[in-house]
Amino acid sequence: MERTIAGKTIAVNEEGYMTDFSQWDEKVGEALAAEANLTLTPRHWEVLKYLQTEHKNQVALSIRRVGKSGVVDIKEFYALFPNAPLKTATKVAGIPKPASCI
Amino acid sequence: MKNLVILGAGTAGTMMANHLHHELKKPDWQITIIDEREEHHYQPGYLFLPFDIYEPEDIIKTIEEFIPKDVTLLKQRIERIVPTANKIQLSNGNEIDYDVLIIATGAKIAPEEIEGMKGEQWQKSVFDFYTFEGSLALRNKLREWDGGRIVVHITEMPIKCPVAPLEFAFLADSYFKNKNMRERVDITYVTPMSGAFTKPKATEALEHLLQEKNINIEGDFAIEHVDNETKKIVDYGGREIPFDILVTVPTNKGDDLMERSGMGDDLNYVPTHKATLQSKEYQNVFVIGDASNIPASKAGSVAHFEAEILTENILRYVKGQPLKEEFDGHANCFIETGGGKALLIDFNYTHEPVEGTFPFPGIGPLRLLKESRMNHMGKLAFRWVYWHMLLKGTHIPFVSATMSEKGKVYS
Ligand SMILES: Cc1cc2nc3c(=O)[nH]c(=O)nc-3n(C[C@H](O)[C@H](O)[C@H](O)COP(=O)(O)OP(=O)(O)OC[C@H]3O[C@@H](n4cnc5c(N)ncnc54)[C@H](O)[C@@H]3O)c2cc1C
Repeated sequence: MERTIAGKTIAVNEEGYMTDFSQWDEKVGEALAAEANLTLTPRHWEVLKYLQTEHKNQVALSIRRVGKSGVVDIKEFYALFPNAPLKTATKVAGIPKPASCI
Repeated sequence: MKNLVILGAGTAGTMMANHLHHELKKPDWQITIIDEREEHHYQPGYLFLPFDIYEPEDIIKTIEEFIPKDVTLLKQRIERIVPTANKIQLSNGNEIDYDVLIIATGAKIAPEEIEGMKGEQWQKSVFDFYTFEGSLALRNKLREWDGGRIVVHITEMPIKCPVAPLEFAFLADSYFKNKNMRERVDITYVTPMSGAFTKPKATEALEHLLQEKNINIEGDFAIEHVDNETKKIVDYGGREIPFDILVTVPTNKGDDLMERSGMGDDLNYVPTHKATLQSKEYQNVFVIGDASNIPASKAGSVAHFEAEILTENILRYVKGQPLKEEFDGHANCFIETGGGKALLIDFNYTHEPVEGTFPFPGIGPLRLLKESRMNHMGKLAFRWVYWHMLLKGTHIPFVSATMSEKGKVYS
């Protein structure tokens, strides 16, 4: 599937997660955040950058791992990205939704 | 003489002992298996114990009776693995050298990971059914309980047999109906996932069943603590769910042995190559069953499929041949849905569970992803198959170690 985000044509899956990270930039990130009713602060960006790096290094992401990362604790992660923080944050970061195992 | 050592004589370790003793024989090979316990438990039976469907004696046998005579069984706690020296240290101070090591130490619950879970209400109103003791305590509680809110809860993924908590909710619905008290019981299913299961097609089918049985579902719940005073579970977002009985599946972890040996990830699972089952770090170490970090279900059926492939790979390894990259994550699970029915799902790393027939394409007799009585008979028969075929490493007729796509409906 394709849709227009921040004026760009972007490939997404049926849940709205980007499927090609090379299409992501900060403008796209801001637009995706706005769709989730979030305004990104420097703290949000730190977390998003961390998630992108982990993804690049092929680390399987989980709430537990984020909580132990030293970047953000779970409480703050929830405060920054309310309700389902990992799902929202990965969507904004332009990386796949973590597969929460089988 | 060379030494092959198996750590853990549960489902997977026992299968490997039974497979390998035909292949690696004296005087060339000595096989040793080590476990700290006396008893082998049929863990899937823990699901039925609380509802008085099974008795303790149905699910407990000795470890000994499943270990072949030419394999040495040591009943000791394993203190440490020293992979750089190919050595095992036991709690009694003895050391054992190995040429080839198989890690099969499984996974266990760690309720201490969540604040208040193992608090003063533990086994009073907060229960697990992933241990024998927990399951028995819950049985005794349910026998005398006269209704209220029961919350069935998963702390975090991955867990052993990820469908077991759903089955618990379904069986609870049946149990209270049979006791003519269903209208006095409110059942809520709480999960850290967005829906009832991880795979879309199965989630749809399972959520439909939850609805039909009047079981509430609360998704995306990441528990922060259990409040013992007000009897609530609270998540990081501040969401609260009250309970009279909490049936939780605590965090599952590999054995602490991995932490002591520096061989595990943050949940003490051993990093393992998902197609060969060889450890990612040490060539002469192999990992099977719940102890590994491969992205497959932690289930006895998975261990069974792994055992067939691992046996071949170990024989290849000792002959210096390249390993087969064959394991595809094949899992095959019955899901009890209550009222004498069950579903069956069959899937692997890349193919989600779908509808169809099993094991014979177009015939069955089992139906995939649909409730049937035949599937329920299959689930009950699984106990017999477990004791008499799985542990002994007997190949199950018509069911291959890698998944078959025949007879299935992929859209
Ligand atoms: C409630 C429940 C329901 C389930 N239902 C199903 C089902 O329907 N179908 C299915 O296929 N699977 C089911 N399972 C999962 C199945 O039981 C497990 O996946 C399977 O038993 C895993 O085998 P294993 O050999 O890896 O671990 P285990 O069988 O747990 O064996 C590990 C062994 O290692 C020993 N050990 C660990 N550490 C040490 C140490 N340091 N020193 C000495 N010994 C040690 C332990 O004593 C134990 O005997 C269920 C599990 C549960 C809890």
